Amino acid sequence: MYIIFILISISVLVAAAFLAAFLWAVRSGQYDDDYTPAVRMLFENEVGGAPKNDKIAQKQQ
Amino acid sequence: MEAALQTNIQNCYHCGDSCGDEPIVAHEKAFCCDGCKAVYELLEENNLCTYYNLEESPGLTGTKPVSEARFAYLDDPGVEAQLINFRSDKICKLTFYIPQMHCSSCIWLLENLFKLNPGIAETTVNFMRKEVAFTYLHEKTSLREVVELLTRIGYEPAITLADTDGKKTTKKSRALIYKLGIAGFAFGNVMLLAFPDYLDFTQGLHNNFGSFFGYLSIILSIPVFFYSARGFFTSAWEGIRQQMVNIDLPISTGLLALFFVSLFDILSGRGPGYLDSFTGLVFFMLIGKYFQQRTYDTLAFDRDYTSYFPVSITVLKEGGEESSTAVRNLQVGDRIRIRNQELIPADAILLHGRAMIDYSFVSGESEPVEKVVGEVIYAGGRQVGESIELEVVKEVSQGYLTQLWNDTVFSKNEAQYLHTYSNIAGKYFIIVTLLVAAGALIYWVPRDMDIAMKAFTSVLIIACPCALSLATPFVHGHTMRVFGRNKFYLKNTGVVERLAKIDTVVFDKTGTLTEPSEAEVTYTGKALSQAQSQAILSVLRHSTHPLSQRISEAMKGSTAPVIGFQEFTGKGLVGKVNGMLVRVGSATYLGVPADKQNDTLKTTVYVSVDGVVLGYYTFFNVYRDGLNKVLGDLKDKKIAVLSGDNNHEAARLRELLGNEAELNFNQSPVQKLEYIQKLKEQGQHQVLMVGDGLNDAGALKQSDAGIALSNSVTNFSPSCDAILDADSFDKLSTFLNFSKKTMSLILLTFAVSLVYNVVGLTMAVMGLFTPIVSAILMPISTLSVMTFATLSVRYAAKKAGL
Repeated sequence: MYIIFILISISVLVAAAFLAAFLWAVRSGQYDDDYTPAVRMLFENEVGGAPKNDKIAQKQQ
Repeated sequence: MEAALQTNIQNCYHCGDSCGDEPIVAHEKAFCCDGCKAVYELLEENNLCTYYNLEESPGLTGTKPVSEARFAYLDDPGVEAQLINFRSDKICKLTFYIPQMHCSSCIWLLENLFKLNPGIAETTVNFMRKEVAFTYLHEKTSLREVVELLTRIGYEPAITLADTDGKKTTKKSRALIYKLGIAGFAFGNVMLLAFPDYLDFTQGLHNNFGSFFGYLSIILSIPVFFYSARGFFTSAWEGIRQQMVNIDLPISTGLLALFFVSLFDILSGRGPGYLDSFTGLVFFMLIGKYFQQRTYDTLAFDRDYTSYFPVSITVLKEGGEESSTAVRNLQVGDRIRIRNQELIPADAILLHGRAMIDYSFVSGESEPVEKVVGEVIYAGGRQVGESIELEVVKEVSQGYLTQLWNDTVFSKNEAQYLHTYSNIAGKYFIIVTLLVAAGALIYWVPRDMDIAMKAFTSVLIIACPCALSLATPFVHGHTMRVFGRNKFYLKNTGVVERLAKIDTVVFDKTGTLTEPSEAEVTYTGKALSQAQSQAILSVLRHSTHPLSQRISEAMKGSTAPVIGFQEFTGKGLVGKVNGMLVRVGSATYLGVPADKQNDTLKTTVYVSVDGVVLGYYTFFNVYRDGLNKVLGDLKDKKIAVLSGDNNHEAARLRELLGNEAELNFNQSPVQKLEYIQKLKEQGQHQVLMVGDGLNDAGALKQSDAGIALSNSVTNFSPSCDAILDADSFDKLSTFLNFSKKTMSLILLTFAVSLVYNVVGLTMAVMGLFTPIVSAILMPISTLSVMTFATLSVRYAAKKAGL
């Protein structure tokens, strides 16, 4: 039964890790804006966006 | 494709506006103006046409070409330093407020700005706040170039005087979320550890692990006690220091009793303690606090004139050269130039040009006011039309309008509203608790010392009015949501309670009671023949003066060619139509003798044909739809009107508002403030002010509850407690009555929570209160209070038709 000491310690540690993750998420501003990221993730990643930029750069040169 | 485009009624590919008769067709697409076409071409060239695929015609109308000098002030290192949040060797970071942002295409384009200007490293949009955070490389581009690019594509950032008022690091405090997270974490774990104690068959387990579980619970609860619950203790202590009893005092005594009794029980091995109840209570009450703190991110409730005034202005030097100067450094005697759509930052005398000043933000009057050379123009107006030259006569902060903010009302912090229901309830709660606790002591001490202590502490614990403290935030939080759905946005939940106590309603007139965009035009005088009215209309059509446009809108019919049209600033018009000489304008322009003028207070426009004065047009305000209903519902309250206008509408207002209403005309912004102050001090009234412009800002601030009426809620509105969309004006009385109703809902919720307290108290005085009773009673009472509050508000809202 003494395994319970270990199990409970582990469970509390895991929970503490989640708490730490939550606090980090809040601190890094993830809870500041709960609308824009939801829209942003739906934008298509433009394939070859970078080469186009290069082309423009060449044109300008 | 071309043919198809031409047969349909065309809408601009960029902004969606109707293109009119002659659309500009380019790239097989129709545009309403060159501005839209230019933006399209810019985006097309840079492969940014995804902008048009995300939403249909996402562009912004009226992208006007910007004058070169307009943003010159951004090159000034001083201004730049004030706007920028962070600067390193390579990069600069700053945040712009872009009110035009409205759809996902906007987000996309603004986050792809780096494709248009390689100097921009990163842009992040916060759509709800309509803000864009920029990071740019200051070696490759400048602040001015960034702003000019934004303006070119139609997203001109609002850079105002407020942005330069020190750093705006008013980041939302996240402390409450941290507290909530920690309390929730501790609550979950402590409850898990406490659970075995509530079951009979775990007796053996308890003997082996009881103390381990207990100590672990203490470790978990310590951060809750010292960090999460600190707010309750400090608030209670503040209350005691000011000799006031607030709701946090009984809460604090309850929490203290819970925590220390548990510590004592666990450390002395008497039992498992109440730490699960303790952490749970803190967690639930923090949820209540969170509810109470919620507000609308998108709306700004605390703007003053600085969020409206520009950062810099064009000053004319002696030699006539222009230079931009920070508005703050503007001095009396400086000559300034104001271009179309620019704002006049200080009271000034007009030197050159034709001034048409739009005061809609200040007074709510939508018609531009015409000023002639030599007149003083008050700050806050926006010039419409040609550029004008002015000489500053007062410093920015000392102007007719701006001196309002020097009043002490604005320097005081948000007034503390201590006489809220829950604080009053808290006072009785603590008295009853102490009486009952003392009674229990007196009864038990001679009989059983152990039970006496237990009964005493249990009474303190159970009296913790946690459910009570949740009632108000939940009822008000839901009320705020109901109001929000009906386009009435409160600054915070506390406003509901203040609205409920209102007994006096003060209205501003122009723009609040009246519909700013409409006016009735009536003609008085000799009847006009068909030919005459056609001639008058033809002349009026040639004028851009707002009064001419008003009259010509009201007149119908065809027009005839006008010969020799001339417009005299501040006087009137002249023109020849079909051989008739038509003159339209002020009484003095037409030579109407002063004694023959009727209603000198009203705005009148006289007409004459071939030198004979025929009659005049007068303008009446149009009152808002539903005004009668609102006023009818407010019969039990004292009504007053504060108007900056003259009293020519007095008779009509009297008819609308009844004989008891107080009508005050020609009120300056400061007088409005003082009037509210007088009402509050002399009459002990609870005053609601409803206004719309900057000139009401003082009155809104001074009143118990200030509602700013706005045609578009994201637009500018002065500092206030609530913003009401003009469309919902007819529901104003319903909102007030509903606020009142929520107060009785709170009382009902109090009653529900009291039932639990009475049950708990009975057990406590009998010495039967145990951790398991507490663990059952506490969540049941909080949950039932939350549910009751939610459901009752919903039901009441449905009944009230909100």
